[in-house]
Amino acid sequence: MKGIITVIGKDKVGIIYAVTKILAENNVNVEDISQTVLQDYFTMMMLVNLSKLNCDFNNLKCQLEKLSEEIGLSVKIQREEIFHYMHNI
Amino acid sequence: MTLYHNIFETISMIEKEKLDIRTITMGISLIDCIDSSGDKARGKIHDKIIRYAMNLVNVGNEIENEFGIPIINKRIAVTPVALIASASGEDNYVEFARTLDQAAKEVGVNFIGGFSALVQKGFTAGDRILIESIPQALNETERVCSSVNIANSKAGINMDAVRLMGKIIKRTAYLSRYRDSLGCAKLVVFANAVEDNPFMAGAFHGVGEPEVVINVGVSGPGAVKRALEKAKGEPLHVVAENIKKTAFKITRAGQLVGNEVSRRLGVPFGILDLSLAPTPEIGDSVARILEEMGLEACGTHGTTAALALLNDAVKKGGIMASSSVGGLSGAFIPVSEDEGMIQAVKSGALTFDKLEAMTSVCSVGLDMIAIPGDTSESTIAAIIADEAAIGVINNKTTAVRIIPVHGKDVGDTAEFGGLLGHAPIMPVNKFSAEEFINRGGRIPAPIHSFRN
Repeated sequence: MKGIITVIGKDKVGIIYAVTKILAENNVNVEDISQTVLQDYFTMMMLVNLSKLNCDFNNLKCQLEKLSEEIGLSVKIQREEIFHYMHNI
Repeated sequence: MTLYHNIFETISMIEKEKLDIRTITMGISLIDCIDSSGDKARGKIHDKIIRYAMNLVNVGNEIENEFGIPIINKRIAVTPVALIASASGEDNYVEFARTLDQAAKEVGVNFIGGFSALVQKGFTAGDRILIESIPQALNETERVCSSVNIANSKAGINMDAVRLMGKIIKRTAYLSRYRDSLGCAKLVVFANAVEDNPFMAGAFHGVGEPEVVINVGVSGPGAVKRALEKAKGEPLHVVAENIKKTAFKITRAGQLVGNEVSRRLGVPFGILDLSLAPTPEIGDSVARILEEMGLEACGTHGTTAALALLNDAVKKGGIMASSSVGGLSGAFIPVSEDEGMIQAVKSGALTFDKLEAMTSVCSVGLDMIAIPGDTSESTIAAIIADEAAIGVINNKTTAVRIIPVHGKDVGDTAEFGGLLGHAPIMPVNKFSAEEFINRGGRIPAPIHSFRN
């Protein structure tokens, strides 16, 4: 199972570090990252592999939500299928 | 990079444009609950609903969490209760409605549909008892929804049923008079009712349906409006193309969710109903889509054409995206549930007669319209007859969900609360149709019913 993590908000030091730290702790591998900064707004999308996730999906989601509150950026994880499915047959 | 582009688009559709899965509706057959003892039948109904739907709400929440797409309602539709209850020999079916209500509460769904009768060609004894039980059932239960099919293109219009429904609607309005006649918001009178519609209040589980099934309703007026904003000033075929593309994406999201719910519950996936179903929230309005096409206000000349374009393009996009599109699929125009419609009524742009014209091209009918409380039974019946005629002649589903708000008149507003919204009372024609309605009988099936 793969997931997409999106991080959107005001740019600051250590965003990628904070996100990937949680991923590493939960045994989630990052397969691809795309990021841009548009007028101070940091936008990152990460394709992650959840097949060896060592907790349940909801738990990981809660950890990322908690981080989202701490750093004041929106951090979301969604299963990857939704993005493929909506745009392709 | 296309993946990342898609991600952005999807997230903005969900977060800014309010794309959502409007409902996951589990259809459950109650045929095997028929019993000559009413108590035994109700016991079986209760247990069967609990058995199948126990995990419906949990699974819905799980999927919402994982895919990050809101699933607003989880609901249940059952076999028309008139068919199930008649063997009991009881002369009032309110107790069956209470059983449904109780089961719905226990599994945590907000509506359960199927307190219904299909009388397009005539009444059985059970049909009559059920219909007579509707006012009390809707007043004394919270989550039960009721529908009656009084016509179809194959059988014509049962005018005795039409007359009876005029009376039933008035009585329902009276019994729930302290809540702005809210009971009527849970009662739909259909022509050409579909058996797999997941949307309330008109959902029931048809007799041709399997034992249990998952039907999904998706919505997204906001996403369609946004797509049109990008095509400002373009000719209308470009507008249609944009609507189609958006409808495609919305339908795909529904298909994914439907498959996933079906897999996790071990229940077959039935159909996906892509209906632009508005809510009273800003940015979730069908009227605003029509206005985006260039109408000063919804209801002015040109509205029917704009709605026809919208409804057809939505269906085309949906059909392309999924091989199991069904239900009603199109655009709903419920007045009280659509912020733009409410405004249009208030400003005088949208009238009752225009709404009737719009129903000849939308996916359902006269929906959530508040009318004066002193409107006569025969006028309500005549409104139903007109609407049924549009459906029967044009081979489409039409419905009437109308609320004669007890004690209120033009100039007042009815408050229903929540998703049902609020509605200014609209005037109806003051001239009588009483003699016409009192004739009863039936309007024969149209000539094109002999397609064989």
